[in-house]
Amino acid sequence: MATIDPAVADLLPLPPATFHILLALSGGERHGYAIIIDVESRTDGSLRLSAGTLYRSLARMVEQGLIAEVGRRRTRDDDERRRYYRITTFGTAVARAEMARLTELVKLAKASGLTPRIA
Amino acid sequence: MTAFYRALLKLYPASFRADYAAELTRTFEAQTRDRGAFGGALAAIGDVLPNAIAAHWDIFRQDLAYTARTLRNARGFAIAAILVTALGVGANTATFSVADFVLLRPLPFKNPDRLVRLCEGPKDGGGWGCMNQLSPANYRDVANGVTTSVESWGAFTGLSANLVGRGEPIRINGALVTPSLLHVLGVAPIRGRAFENTPPAEPPTTEANTVVLSYGLWQSHFGGDENIIGTQLQLDGAPYTVIGVMPSTFRFPSDEAQLWMPLPLPSQVFQQRDNNYLDAVGRLREGSTFEQARAEIAAIFTRMQRDYPDVMAETGFSFFRQQDYVMPRNRLIILALCGASLSMLLLTCANLANLLLARAAARERELAVRAALGAGRDRLVRQMLTESVILALLGGLAGVGAAALAMPLLQMVVPQGLPLAEAPTLDGRVLALAGIFTALTGLGFGLIPALRAGGATGFSALREGTRAGAGRQRLRAVLVAVEIAVSVMLLISSGLFIRAISRVQAVDPGFKPDGVVTMRTTLPVPKYAEPEPRAQFYDRVLNDVRALPGVEQAAYVSGVPMVLWGGIAGIEIPGRPVVPSRRQGVAFRLASAQYFGALGIPLRRGRDLEDADTPDRQLVAVVSESFVQEYWPGEDGLGKTFIVRDQLRTVVGVVGDVKTRGLERTNEPQVYIPARQPPEGGLGGLYVPKDLVIRAPTQGLSIVPAVREAVRRADAEQPIADVRMMADVLDGQFATRNAQIRILGALAVLALLLCAVGIHGLLAFTVAQRGREIGVRLALGAEPRSVAGMVVGDATRMALFGVVPGVFGAYLAARAMSALLFGVDPGDPWTLGAAAAVCMATAIVAALRPAMRAARVDPITALKTD
Repeated sequence: MATIDPAVADLLPLPPATFHILLALSGGERHGYAIIIDVESRTDGSLRLSAGTLYRSLARMVEQGLIAEVGRRRTRDDDERRRYYRITTFGTAVARAEMARLTELVKLAKASGLTPRIA
Repeated sequence: MTAFYRALLKLYPASFRADYAAELTRTFEAQTRDRGAFGGALAAIGDVLPNAIAAHWDIFRQDLAYTARTLRNARGFAIAAILVTALGVGANTATFSVADFVLLRPLPFKNPDRLVRLCEGPKDGGGWGCMNQLSPANYRDVANGVTTSVESWGAFTGLSANLVGRGEPIRINGALVTPSLLHVLGVAPIRGRAFENTPPAEPPTTEANTVVLSYGLWQSHFGGDENIIGTQLQLDGAPYTVIGVMPSTFRFPSDEAQLWMPLPLPSQVFQQRDNNYLDAVGRLREGSTFEQARAEIAAIFTRMQRDYPDVMAETGFSFFRQQDYVMPRNRLIILALCGASLSMLLLTCANLANLLLARAAARERELAVRAALGAGRDRLVRQMLTESVILALLGGLAGVGAAALAMPLLQMVVPQGLPLAEAPTLDGRVLALAGIFTALTGLGFGLIPALRAGGATGFSALREGTRAGAGRQRLRAVLVAVEIAVSVMLLISSGLFIRAISRVQAVDPGFKPDGVVTMRTTLPVPKYAEPEPRAQFYDRVLNDVRALPGVEQAAYVSGVPMVLWGGIAGIEIPGRPVVPSRRQGVAFRLASAQYFGALGIPLRRGRDLEDADTPDRQLVAVVSESFVQEYWPGEDGLGKTFIVRDQLRTVVGVVGDVKTRGLERTNEPQVYIPARQPPEGGLGGLYVPKDLVIRAPTQGLSIVPAVREAVRRADAEQPIADVRMMADVLDGQFATRNAQIRILGALAVLALLLCAVGIHGLLAFTVAQRGREIGVRLALGAEPRSVAGMVVGDATRMALFGVVPGVFGAYLAARAMSALLFGVDPGDPWTLGAAAAVCMATAIVAALRPAMRAARVDPITALKTD
């Protein structure tokens, strides 16, 4: 396994909400409610972030440099300006590292003969 | 619904709310559009509550990490702030715990504020404490006469007895009490019962041979035996029955009392009005005042003075509240230490403020930058708050440690002989108070930079570099002046006390303590009530002890100096008018041969007391020089006669004066009579020879086992007690003073150090701030030396601002404490001058490094910065 940037390694493992937000933003810039919808549809409704959890995560992620605010702009259906976020290069690196970590974990689980039960 | 959610948002940290409130609300609305009011509300609570707590926690963790980082970067500041806080908290907690213990806390009796004490005293009824006790007759008259304002009276006298029974015989102290006394004090036994209450001045009816034990004696000697009630024990050879055990908090008249026995008051003790041995205790009636009681007592004493002029003419009383039974001197010592620690608190607060202001200035830019980058004012304030609280907490913790370390030293100023447990403990309330004080200082001054950074001035700080805040500079100079003033006061006080103790140490005690061992063998009555068995006992012990190797001289005496204070008798000179006895008291001692030699009291004229001075020979006495001076000034006194205890005695020898009551007290002249020529009609316990004095310079305390053996051979049931070196007795005279000097001295040194830190910090900061100005001066041709001189001049000016009020304050403080100064002038110019000089020197030394920095400023670099 390639050596990981210590700044990246420091943040692993990522909390699930953080990872999902990064995944949502890797598809493009989004505002808060759009992220919630995205995460919800991506997980078939099993992860539904509340407003507070979302913005607390966003605030922390901005601070950690995983994402950045893009500036406010108008949406189609809304007059008011909304805050948009985008993933940073660092954020992408962290998401990749987390993915690698999870893949490794799954590989290990399979090697030990564990198979997921498909519901 | 939205309104409810908005209200709930208040739970979030302000900084988070400011950033995200609008977005949160919008998102929440979108999420709950299709829910009912109830479901919406539930969702709102479920969303906000856990997240708000988590958000607060996040910020707290951030701040904590940030604090740890900044404090690590400013380690010097952090350590200084913590130490300063610890000092303030520690010193105050320790001293005020002691003060509270001795002076403030209610005594462990029922309604202790209504308990009063009465003794005989000066004629005018003034006077403090119990220099002269009451005769039973006077006590009876008071107890029966003063009943309007005092509801009940009791009396007691000291008791010392040999307890034989379980194990080694031991010597114990206690009190003989009127049966009413325990009822007056209002404390019930925890086992058994108290003595049956009888009228205050009547002897016990049926309970002559009963005792009540102290909790301590019950535990130590009887192993806390649950069946102790009804047990028999032997006191001075007579059987007694235990009827009760008092609670552990009950210590009366002092913590030495181990048991209480009924005071026998047979009718003959009421005959003599000058046989004084009782302390009276009264309980004020509900609604009566201390002054009413005093007036009532004064009336009784006036009548007694009129009715019994021969003994009572010069006799008045001393009436005081039980809770005031702390010697004024001890009270003063404790108050002085409280004053010192309060000054210390002032000093530490000033120092802390100074440290924080300096740091605030240093951080102004950092904070301004952060504010400019979008950190809200609330956020900055909150972070400063966390930082200050952490500092205050660490300082407080260190302070508790400091207080715990200081306690043993402070316990040495707790006076003996109070109805209290031996040792005070750290007081939680005081600790909290001192902690709050320092924490407030820390918070107050820690917040200034944050408030400023958030305000409009934040940007000016950014623009102007670090030159903002000339007003704050002045505030810091004032704080330094306060620190110096406090240091000067502490220095002068310690200086005065050091001068006072050197004066006390220079006082000649009148005897040579080195190599002298003393111990007490109190002989029980009735076994040794008559002179003959006593003499036999003394002879056997002294013969054996004198034969021990290393013993130069050995003797028996009523009591050794500074241990036995009282034992005062009146005297008359044949052919001269009788002066009421109290006026011309002498310290009256019975002594065996060799006493003066054993204790090293110089024989000036005539001869020593001898074993041959038996009752069938001429009755003689050896007196001290001041006695001769008083009655036969200019003569040598030998061959003169006087009457003491109704016997005419001839002076056969004159010895040097001894400080019987202690180095710092006025002492009566001394009269010594041969132990074999006791006055007629029995001896009070006070006068019976009981203290063995042995001069054995090469042996010291190692002689004790051999002496114990000698005593055992003379009487197998006789214990020895109070073994001590006379040198320790003399040292005891300085114990309180030494403790006080050590405390004050330590505070003064710390204060000086803090001052130096304060001055240095302020000047270093000023120099750094004025770098540009100094650069300009140097560029314009100013000598580096004059620039350095300017800095030192600043320091000197600041120091002067502090020294002048400090000297003045110290003088006022010293005047208030003059009773403790043993005649040292509160305005003693040497001490004042030295303290001021030390402070000025400290200021100049503290200024040296900043001055050198100023002199080395490179004009080019200085002008380039900013």
